[in-house]
Amino acid sequence: MNKFQEGIYIKDRGREELLELLKGRQDRFGYLSREFLVEVSNSLSLSVGEVYGVATFYSFLSTKPLGSHVIRICKSVPCFLKDSQIIIECIKEELGISLGETTADGKFSFHLTNCIGACDRAPAMMINNDVYGDLTPRKISRILGEYHRA
Amino acid sequence: MPEKRLVLKNSGVVNPRQITSYLGRDGFKALKKATREMSQEQVIEEIKASGLRGRGGAGFPCGLKWDLARKAQGDEKYVICNADEGEVGTFKDRYILETDPFSLIEAMAIAGFTIGARRGYIYLRAEYHYLLELLSSASRQAKEGGFLGDFDIDICEGAGAYICGEESALMDSIEGRRGEVRYRPPFPPTRGLWGKPTIINNVETLMNIPQIILNGAQWFSQFGTEKSKGTKVFSVSGDVKRPGVYELVLGSQLRELVEELALAERVKMVQLGGATGRIVPDEMLEEPLSFETILGAGAVTVFDESRDIIDIVYRTMEFLAEESCGKCAPCRQGTEAMLEILGRLSQGEGEERDVRLLEELSGAMMLASMCGLGQAAPNPVIDSLKYFRGAYEDRIPKTSGVKL
Repeated sequence: MNKFQEGIYIKDRGREELLELLKGRQDRFGYLSREFLVEVSNSLSLSVGEVYGVATFYSFLSTKPLGSHVIRICKSVPCFLKDSQIIIECIKEELGISLGETTADGKFSFHLTNCIGACDRAPAMMINNDVYGDLTPRKISRILGEYHRA
Repeated sequence: MPEKRLVLKNSGVVNPRQITSYLGRDGFKALKKATREMSQEQVIEEIKASGLRGRGGAGFPCGLKWDLARKAQGDEKYVICNADEGEVGTFKDRYILETDPFSLIEAMAIAGFTIGARRGYIYLRAEYHYLLELLSSASRQAKEGGFLGDFDIDICEGAGAYICGEESALMDSIEGRRGEVRYRPPFPPTRGLWGKPTIINNVETLMNIPQIILNGAQWFSQFGTEKSKGTKVFSVSGDVKRPGVYELVLGSQLRELVEELALAERVKMVQLGGATGRIVPDEMLEEPLSFETILGAGAVTVFDESRDIIDIVYRTMEFLAEESCGKCAPCRQGTEAMLEILGRLSQGEGEERDVRLLEELSGAMMLASMCGLGQAAPNPVIDSLKYFRGAYEDRIPKTSGVKL
């Protein structure tokens, strides 16, 4: 399978599809490698710097490998008022990793993010594209357990 | 005062997945009326007469914006719905999208007809990806039902950047770039997306359009105040027993929202309008909510007496410094400088010149920043200094008897 078939088809795309291309790659491969960024820049006739600039601007894109499941805990004020700090400590303990790290089995990465618009269910977090709110330490255990089993 | 659900009239009533449910509640009648019985100019006159102002925070007159785009030269024009909703504490657009996507679709089609655009984009923040399927389905059902004519709607997703809620950064993002703010003029109705005439409207602003067309400007302008017509949808969070989304007639008191509806007690202050919003102390809760007094995009975060104002302002500035696009120095450097000072203050290590420095930085940022992020970043600092100056003074170890 050549790179165009297995990855995201790049040829014949316009500059306006750059973000979509990067997001597609992020979804499928979990990160944007240097090689991929160079390939995209060649295909779209853009400088590598330009492509790298877009890849590093958006917080949901990563140039480093992430776990299969990316946990993003909201650290903004409304969730802070509802003890997001406890949730953050809870995840650290459950997974045995610190912020920005990935578990040894590659299953989970753990980051903080800014307001995700779930303030009525604070404290809240996302795992990949799913939102979990009204979090408690017990709920965290249950949720992570489901992902472990899946 | 009870809620007045105009924008939210279908929320919880209509099935957001079934167009037939929407059709049963006057769905697409406004679009039919506009395209078959009215001219573009008549639609604009109606919106101007209604007094509808933008609901995303800036409050720009909607009719005027559409008129500028309609009159602008361009072979292609665009309608953009700003569904980025990244302002801290704001989730009212999320609720609208979840519960009544068809009204939004209809409104965008009306906008397209009015300005002469055949293409609309919904810019949906990445954090609302779980709404993508619902929105796509609504758009598809409307198109397949023949309601949209030759108007097409695409959904563009963000990738986690607060600044992409700012209209010019949003356009850069759709164009596949870093979400950086643009110099204005030119303004979007003249030169916007790919240089073409473009209108960008908040979700809630658009939600008002079908009813204004159906019921008329006079009906709409009976609600609200002299300069703020209609209703406003608010999202309440923080130290309240009933967080959630509430819609009130403009001019209603903040106290009604916070205490009567959301059941807050022992309120110390309210952050109104998110990180770039205003801080309202308890003694000002009788303030009416309107563009001419105090409003924002709808975020209402309540803090009780246990909360530390300096810590809250520090966390707010941390958010703003992180999310600054970095293009202009007043914002990029200013938010960092403020953060450093607030950091020391929150640790009780303030210096005597800190308050003066914050005030000087505020002046420069408000004057020279390229967009609302930098211009309004000083708001929480200015407001907390005005109403809670003592909190700052407490954080500055006294080396002499000099009062600030």
